[in-house]
Amino acid sequence: MDNNAGHNRFVFTRDSLKKKFRLSEFLSEKIITGVAFLSIAIIVLIFFFVFRETLPIFHQKKEAAKVENVVKPEKYGSDANAGKTNSSGQEQYGVTTKDTMMIENKTPVEDTVVHGSDEATLKSLAGTQWLPVSDRPRYGLIPLFVGTLKITLIAMLFAAPIAILAALFSAAFAPYWLRELLKPAIELLAGFPSVVIGFFALMVMATFFQNIFGYDGRLNAFVGGVAMALAAIPIIFTITEDALTAIPHTYTEASLALGATRWQTALFVTLPAATPGIFAAILLGIGRVFGETMIALMATGNAALSSINPFESVRTLAATIGAEMAEVVFGDTHYSVLFLIGSMLFVFTFSLNALAEFYVKGKLVKRFQGKQS
Amino acid sequence: MSRKRDITGGLFIGVTAFSALLIIAVIVILLVVIIIGGKGTFSWEFLTSFPQDGMMKGGIFPAIYGTVFLVLIMSIAAVPFGTITAIYLTEYASEKSILAQSIRFAVRTLATVPSIIFGLFGLGFFIKFVGGGMDNLFLGGQLKWGQPSILWASLTMALLTLPVVIVSVEEAIRTVPREMREASLALGATKWETILRIVLPGSRSGIMTGTILAVSRGAGEVAPILFTGAAYYLATLPTSLSDQFMNLGYHIYIMATQSANVDKTLPIQFATTMVLLLLTFTLNLTAVIIRARLRRKTK
Repeated sequence: MDNNAGHNRFVFTRDSLKKKFRLSEFLSEKIITGVAFLSIAIIVLIFFFVFRETLPIFHQKKEAAKVENVVKPEKYGSDANAGKTNSSGQEQYGVTTKDTMMIENKTPVEDTVVHGSDEATLKSLAGTQWLPVSDRPRYGLIPLFVGTLKITLIAMLFAAPIAILAALFSAAFAPYWLRELLKPAIELLAGFPSVVIGFFALMVMATFFQNIFGYDGRLNAFVGGVAMALAAIPIIFTITEDALTAIPHTYTEASLALGATRWQTALFVTLPAATPGIFAAILLGIGRVFGETMIALMATGNAALSSINPFESVRTLAATIGAEMAEVVFGDTHYSVLFLIGSMLFVFTFSLNALAEFYVKGKLVKRFQGKQS
Repeated sequence: MSRKRDITGGLFIGVTAFSALLIIAVIVILLVVIIIGGKGTFSWEFLTSFPQDGMMKGGIFPAIYGTVFLVLIMSIAAVPFGTITAIYLTEYASEKSILAQSIRFAVRTLATVPSIIFGLFGLGFFIKFVGGGMDNLFLGGQLKWGQPSILWASLTMALLTLPVVIVSVEEAIRTVPREMREASLALGATKWETILRIVLPGSRSGIMTGTILAVSRGAGEVAPILFTGAAYYLATLPTSLSDQFMNLGYHIYIMATQSANVDKTLPIQFATTMVLLLLTFTLNLTAVIIRARLRRKTK
């Protein structure tokens, strides 16, 4: 530096080291930050707009009686039944578009006890009858909840053991080449569209299981549950596998050095150490099954029964939205109730995800997290 | 004693191996059954002709066209936004900042929101709020945008596929070596120039994988478009963004559950399912291969 004292251009002054302000830099950083913020905004917006459409339920107790005749705005889908305005038939549900489903199912719950009022007060939401399109619509959510829980349970009974054991095989026992085959194969399964799985369940699995078990209703909670297990397996497998492989080698090495065999190490050391990750995997699997729409629509039969028999048809929360939203009158009570179901689904999966995330973060020591940024 | 242990051990390993094989077997059976069922009907005409006789005969061209249209608009929306978010997360945000962590949490949440909720959101936000608002503002209440259309369906789908893009691109950006960035900065390039000239070209394959995965997801999902724009049957192809459209997945769903004569159209259903399955399968396989190559390169 001293040699160059005369030539000032090579000397770093405090001024020349300062970051110059450049408009393009400033703008690009702000824009990029803004766009990144979008993901948070979307979540908030989903919350807000799905809830917003449910609000009429809580406001309309009084004015419910006569409104229906006035409202005649956009009807979705074909010339579907406009809900309550029609007073001819008794169980008007599914007259236009659901004929084939009705054949597949047993008829939905019979119109027996009629105590419900035709407005969806909070009271009727706790009822046991889901008859949204009848003379006196009832919006009891209990059968839908029972159906969803039943199918989630069946799906998890299949998916969780199979996926966890397969993940253990892949992480602990499988030779390298087999693991390199297994993981992409399961990624491919994750990529199967749920409508394809639903179609497979509807056309192939339903007949297959009926031949084995010999029950009457071709489509039921069992078929739907097994099909949903196919959708949940990749999620559970992937997260469990990640958790298993993230366990430090020192654990397994210590166990092997103490004389334990490979399977003992896998079962008594690796698996317990990965429990939080496996727990998270199961939670996310439940979330997937809970909100799955197309498989439920196609393979469960869609009758809103609240029995606990696994071979009876069920109607899940998500499937109810999927099947009925297209035919509902905008702003109707039925419309709001469907949005209410949507809000519940959203809140539920959101909490599951948050629980999985924070539970794992809290429980897993940092080194277990490894690559999962 | 040790003999007994070996038997239990062998049994245990056998059970885990059986589980893994079971999954593979199901994948293979599913593929084989669908392909066998659809092979007979599948032909070039099937892909390029319109449905005829109330969908009892003919092809699925409009459904393919609608799916491609949907996926195209969806990618135009999802890929840039996803890429930019990934750039923010890797280049600008510090790992521990609350904003970055909240964004990560939001992205993961977005990935686990049930697809039907996106459909509800599309209906409540895009169609009723944005579309209805546009109609009131510009068209004086005349109904044009405030109804289901391919634009709203695509945007709804874009929200659903956004996390897919973000995760892939982020992974790819992280594989760009630090030295390259530092070299670029040392030569006097600004941060933005470095991102544009060094980081983005270096993560091209990741952006491609992300796009492919998003396209495959978008082509297969049905729940979000059930009431945001998919139509049962249209005699003409969608030409403007405010038109409704036909879609492969929706076509399968409708034909299999709600058409008048499910048994007669069974071959068409199988063939349609086969087309959708092979489409998503090929896309995913491509993504898996690209990603495997990328990972090997960084090792």
